[in-house]
Amino acid sequence: MLTIKNLHVKLEEEDKQILKGVDLTVEAGKVHAIMGPNGSGKSTLSYVLSGREGYEVTDGTAHLGDVDLLDMEPEERAAAGLFLAFQYPVEIPGVGNMTFLRTAVNAQRKARGEEEMSAAEFLKVVRARAKELQIDADMLKRPVNVGFSGGEKKRNEILQMAMLEPKMCILDETDSGLDVDAMKLVATGVNALRDAGRGFLVITHYQRLLDHIKPDVVHIMADGRIVKTGGPELALEVENNGYADILAEVA
Amino acid sequence: MAAPATEMDLTEARISDLTLPKGGWSEAARTDALARLRQTGLPQRRDEYWKFTRPDMLTQAGAQAAVFEHSEAPIFGAMDVLRIVFDDGVFNPDVSDALAMEHVSIERLADTDADIHWAKGVYGVLETAGQTPVARPLAALNTAFASDGVLIHVTGKAPKPISLVYNHGKETSDAILHHVIKIEAGAELTILENGPAAARFNKVMEVDVADGAFFHHVRAQGRDHERLAATHIFARLGTESTFKSFTLTVNGRMTRNDCVIELTGDDAIAHVAGACVGDGDFHHDDTVFVTHDAERCESRQVFKKVLRNGAVGVFQGKILVKAGAQKTDGYQISQSLLLDEDAQFLAKPELEIYADDVVCSHGSTSGAIDDEALFYLRSRGVPESIATDLLTLAFLAEAVEEIEDEALREVVVDRLEGWLERHRS
Ligand SMILES: Nc1ncnc2c1ncn2[C@@H]1O[C@H](COP(=O)(O)OP(=O)(O)OP(=O)(O)O)[C@@H](O)[C@H]1O
Ligand SMILES: [Mg+2]
Repeated sequence: MLTIKNLHVKLEEEDKQILKGVDLTVEAGKVHAIMGPNGSGKSTLSYVLSGREGYEVTDGTAHLGDVDLLDMEPEERAAAGLFLAFQYPVEIPGVGNMTFLRTAVNAQRKARGEEEMSAAEFLKVVRARAKELQIDADMLKRPVNVGFSGGEKKRNEILQMAMLEPKMCILDETDSGLDVDAMKLVATGVNALRDAGRGFLVITHYQRLLDHIKPDVVHIMADGRIVKTGGPELALEVENNGYADILAEVA
Repeated sequence: MAAPATEMDLTEARISDLTLPKGGWSEAARTDALARLRQTGLPQRRDEYWKFTRPDMLTQAGAQAAVFEHSEAPIFGAMDVLRIVFDDGVFNPDVSDALAMEHVSIERLADTDADIHWAKGVYGVLETAGQTPVARPLAALNTAFASDGVLIHVTGKAPKPISLVYNHGKETSDAILHHVIKIEAGAELTILENGPAAARFNKVMEVDVADGAFFHHVRAQGRDHERLAATHIFARLGTESTFKSFTLTVNGRMTRNDCVIELTGDDAIAHVAGACVGDGDFHHDDTVFVTHDAERCESRQVFKKVLRNGAVGVFQGKILVKAGAQKTDGYQISQSLLLDEDAQFLAKPELEIYADDVVCSHGSTSGAIDDEALFYLRSRGVPESIATDLLTLAFLAEAVEEIEDEALREVVVDRLEGWLERHRS
């Protein structure tokens, strides 16, 4: 599904190398988790994959299925099936959440040559999905993320994911800022989307989320590289001992 | 002090082109207006409120040729309104509705030649009041020489809006229209205006809003790239009255919209807003002057401009709070969204306050599209062009939301969407 090879990325504006050779493959139907110290490059990886400006790929490749992600515009990557739940969802005053969602869903459908969703059908689906995530109608009417609490913003990311039905979902610290109940809600939302055709890459600092979204593989990222890969037990090890041992071991 | 000689030459040259209508109730007002014009002379670049906008095309004798491109249907065409049509500044009864409606009397300025008329108490009167402290010579010229326009007297709630439609056909038409609107206590009227009007258009609208009365105004200036327009609104508001005016401007080489509002009765509300979008050879100037001369009045000025490709936007807005106008609530915001580095926004926000118990705020900003928001939208699959349009409309929203009527708001948003789509980079 997602294949990243030897990915090297530096900042466009300064001479600072952030990703220093990332190798990672997420198979369809699997959930991979990435953990790692602050500043190790986890968000950078997710931004580079989704096409944010400001980064320069100096080496390596990233493919979604057969398509070369790095050659595409952000909207083309989205239409190809990539989705990033932002660590910090952006507030957009003046753009209604509903308008935004419907524009996004239909733009992707159009780009894939599919039929657009009618207003009535869209409303029906969005209401049902919102209800599952306990997002009330008022939040749907408000401008995108404006005045949303931290937890509401994260739930709104999952709602977008549920509406867009991407093939490859990257969740960047979707659990941070969530209370226990909201985290369960988000996990339920994610688990509902798990199926054989879809891959997940879950970036998190806490084992807690992984109790609810059970990963198949756990990676540790440090200083711009994946330094260790293992099963769910790796997350437990981090939870109990921090990164010191792992980093010492690979150094 | 009389204007200097060169300025007088210019003014006389302009005047020599025109004929002063004689006789009837308006003659004295016209003669006085001509004297006011000769006193100040036509605007010059050095005048304080013409620093950002070159007045020459608006003041020279004879209009430059402007060809009208019939590319879009008129904006309020599908609504239930009473239509009053002017072709190159001349009333056209054949395509206008009958000038009659419940609670409303409508007459043509050019037809009323009696010596006594209600309009005498307003025509040139609000304009004269609006000449201090800032001279508005193009309005004085208008009062003196206006050749057509309507006199609207409202005594109750008008059953539907009056739509003034200004068609432009002749290449060098130079139209001067003057409307007078008097809304009696507790009465209500909505005025719509649209159309390019003429190669050059000078329009004055004087609006007298009595106690407890409502005046709604939605205007669309657009469709024509080459036209020039200088317009003035002079409004006087009585106790607990409401005045709401919104202007949409798309296209047009030169537009200068002056709006002069005097809140003379306690608890009155005045909102004036504008959204404009300009691409290329486009100059748009909003000059607003709101005077609070009564207690507990509220005023809002909300102006948003989207500019690209050399387009220039100007905002000069003032809130004057006179001594004794306690509990005034004044708000003013002017913002521009510059879609590239060639566009320019010039703003002169002013507050002048002589009362001590007031709340007044003003702000002016210039910015570009928010990259973070743009990426967020694109990451959800929204193409860059559509995402840019969404963010542009969002930027304009605060101004557009000043339109109370939902149907009117929708047609305005439609127009903006259409324009943005046609002007994508
Ligand atoms: N635009 C930028 N300008 C300057 N530095 C940047 C930029 N983007 C990323 N960095 C730097 O790159 C490094 C990696 O940042 P990144 O946000 O990817 O880390 P992270 O692993 O997601 O951290 P966290 O766990 O705190 O979210 C950090 O040192 C960060 O300061
Ligand atoms: Mg991060």
